[in-house]
Amino acid sequence: MQLTVNGKSYDVNVPSDMPILWVIRDKLGLMGTKFGCGAAQCGACTVHLDGQGIRSCVAPVSRAEGKEIVTIEGLNDTLSKPLMAAWTEIDVPQCGYCQTGQIMAAAVLLRDNNNPTDQDIDNAMSGNICRCATYQRIRKAIHLAAELKKSSS
Amino acid sequence: MAGVIAVCNLAMMNNKIVKQREAESKAAFAEAYKVFMHPRCMNCHPAGDVPLQGDDSHLHTQGVKRGVDGKGLYAMKCSSCHQAANLDGDHLPPGHPNWHLPTAARPMVFEGKSPRELAMSFKDAKFTGFKSMDQIIEHVEHDKLVQHSFTYGTRPPLSHDEFVAKVKEWIGKGAAIPDK
Repeated sequence: MQLTVNGKSYDVNVPSDMPILWVIRDKLGLMGTKFGCGAAQCGACTVHLDGQGIRSCVAPVSRAEGKEIVTIEGLNDTLSKPLMAAWTEIDVPQCGYCQTGQIMAAAVLLRDNNNPTDQDIDNAMSGNICRCATYQRIRKAIHLAAELKKSSS
Repeated sequence: MAGVIAVCNLAMMNNKIVKQREAESKAAFAEAYKVFMHPRCMNCHPAGDVPLQGDDSHLHTQGVKRGVDGKGLYAMKCSSCHQAANLDGDHLPPGHPNWHLPTAARPMVFEGKSPRELAMSFKDAKFTGFKSMDQIIEHVEHDKLVQHSFTYGTRPPLSHDEFVAKVKEWIGKGAAIPDK
């Protein structure tokens, strides 16, 4: 099966119902994306498929054929730079396990909405669980990332 | 004199037939209503902008919202979790390629409606967006997402065929509005 991940083409020999998460971690060695619940409940495994945030732990790899997967390792600079700067500035993570999913979900929000309100952030992020409850810092960092993104463009 | 009596009898008979059809139409709707209000149907026709889940029709976890097109918001689109087909296993998302709620402009709310209120809504083109009552039949009979509602979890109390038959009977016999 031909897959495109972070702009690179891969030929993988896997069952068509294998979750995308298994393929990117175990077959391609891209370990940034995390396994959280395995049931699309927590958001830790969020990646982008043709720009859409998806829960890779339940999405069969057959869904990605002919499409572009982007993981946190391949997030484009327009989004990754302001998000990384904001996350660092606000010192968002505690244990950090869910943060890949948080950032990938935040990236979709920032791409589609230059001026997210608190409500927009809640709408976009309430499906990403953080057991350290860093939610207030995530909200603050998304506001900052939006400002940084605007000032750099 | 005999002619007048005959006309009166005919009118009474017609009236009786009309009343009978109306009663049958209402009875058919009462049966179909059990399906409309079953969680497999109503969960995607909520009163608010949050879909419902489960047999107790609780608010969808994760704070999922309708969005303008009925397909969710940002990284919380329906298809972020719901795949093209049901996933095997407990508590895994059911799936269909066209998983969605009605749009924000036409939310088609079922939740909280009495049979009378729901039947009146179905006869309102602004509610359904349909040009004729026949399109309601078309929707319940052929819409893939409607059909899919009969394939997973606790099933509605009628089979899909029985449900379609009741909707057809309701409309075919005049789409009578229930009393309550």
